[in-house]
Amino acid sequence: MLKDITIGQYFPGESIIHRLDARFKIIFSVLAAVMLFTAQNFMGLGIAAVFIIMCYAASGIKFKMILKSLKPIVPLIIFTGVLNLFFIKGEEVLFEWWFITIYTDGAKTSAFMIVRIMTLITGMSLLTYTSSPIMLTDAIESLLSPLKKIRFPVHELAMMMMIALRFIPLLIEETDKIMMAQKARGANLDAKGLIKKAKALIPILIPLFISAFKRANELAMAMECRCYKGGEGRTRLRKLKCSAIDFLALGLILCVYGMIIANNIAFG
Amino acid sequence: MTMTAVKTKGLTYRYGVGTPFEIKAVDSVSLDIKKGNFIGIIGHTGSGKSTFIQHLNGLLKPTDGEIFINERNIWSKEVDIRSIRFEVGLVFQYSEHQLFEETVFKDIAFGPRNIGLSEEEVKARVYRAAEAMGVHENWLSRSPFDLSGGQKRRVALAGVIAMEPKILVLDEPAAGLDPYGRDKVLSKIKEYHESSGITILLVSHSMEDIVKYADKVIVMNKGGVFLYEETDKVFSHADEIVQIGLDVPQITRFARLLRQKGFNIGDDVYTVERAKARVLEVLKNGKYE
Repeated sequence: MLKDITIGQYFPGESIIHRLDARFKIIFSVLAAVMLFTAQNFMGLGIAAVFIIMCYAASGIKFKMILKSLKPIVPLIIFTGVLNLFFIKGEEVLFEWWFITIYTDGAKTSAFMIVRIMTLITGMSLLTYTSSPIMLTDAIESLLSPLKKIRFPVHELAMMMMIALRFIPLLIEETDKIMMAQKARGANLDAKGLIKKAKALIPILIPLFISAFKRANELAMAMECRCYKGGEGRTRLRKLKCSAIDFLALGLILCVYGMIIANNIAFG
Repeated sequence: MTMTAVKTKGLTYRYGVGTPFEIKAVDSVSLDIKKGNFIGIIGHTGSGKSTFIQHLNGLLKPTDGEIFINERNIWSKEVDIRSIRFEVGLVFQYSEHQLFEETVFKDIAFGPRNIGLSEEEVKARVYRAAEAMGVHENWLSRSPFDLSGGQKRRVALAGVIAMEPKILVLDEPAAGLDPYGRDKVLSKIKEYHESSGITILLVSHSMEDIVKYADKVIVMNKGGVFLYEETDKVFSHADEIVQIGLDVPQITRFARLLRQKGFNIGDDVYTVERAKARVLEVLKNGKYE
């Protein structure tokens, strides 16, 4: 059934990575990304990759989840790989056939890029695997709060994200019900062909939209009735707290960063 | 002998087979429903009634057991499951949520068009169904979203009735309506049953509604059939019904209390009229016949 699908990819847990402050985790992810782009050779990438894998081990997330996180970007990996492989020219020819010439430099860059993208995505996925969507929204709100100074609606944005997340399961359940009702009226949802398929969706999408709008209206009304007026002066149910381990983790990640820079200087 | 419209043999359904969350929603239900009957189904939330009725038109496939509609096993290879959907009309709870077309006419015509009927036949059926459900002729060209809740509900019902199914299954057709809308919907259904002679299964939380309209009552509890009796005989089991936490009509409760005080007006009292007649009888003759 539809309602069995999971939203986001959060795996609840109690590991040290789970317990890190979500704000720090976002900063770490950004740092990790920058780190990967700082690394100039395989050695540097290797250091970063080992570090990320160690984080996975500490988080208790199964290693096969790494593969799962990489699945959606396979086309991107292939595209980058092929592009770099064929279009980077060097001196040393590795392989030649008809009009295709592959240079050693091309092969090297291609492999380098692929590893870099893979490590990047693996690292980013750890963030969403170990923090719930709600935690992330709170963290984003908190991190963006300086923007309030220039009147950027940070709280409203976060609230919108939170409401959207809250409503996804409801909408899925609703879709399920509407699908059943239309099937009972003989709707052929398994129709073949693009146009027929699109047409078969109308009896499901229209009632779904109508109920979504109705719900949104009712929610807005309910919020207004309880005098909701935005972020100013509101207290929170879940307080984000940073503790010693967050700073420890920050230290650790900066050490790894240092290693990569040192490696860059030493080996070019 | 009349034929059976619905027959189930050991019908069992489990949700989430193979996961730790496996739940037996329907537990070996075996019953026969005769053609032309008006059956009331009652039970708690989670008693399996909604799951059970979704089997009747093949929306759910039983984990175990068999189901026959008009004496055909609907999951045998020769049967096209979509044809079963036209034979058994299923109206879900809050059926007005299924409306989607620009006009009431088009919405009611959705089912008949899916059958692949000619345009004249579709039109004829839409008019017949609209009439049966008390959907005004001048609503037909309006948007279904401009109607009131009770009106929408009747349009949705007409949308299923327009397929002219041989068996009509209704899941709480009156839920969430005001008393007027409630009476209107239920009495239209009863009228339709009388004029068409089809088999109707009505799921409801309200024992009062069920006994008012149904000839036979199925009481479901914990996924199984707890009771399957003629409406007249159901309340001889009033104590058991109360024990599983379901309500009996107020007047039946009253009759029970009278009986406990030694004033026996019978265990098949579920309407005020009958109670009145019985009380008068007992007062006159000292007992009822």
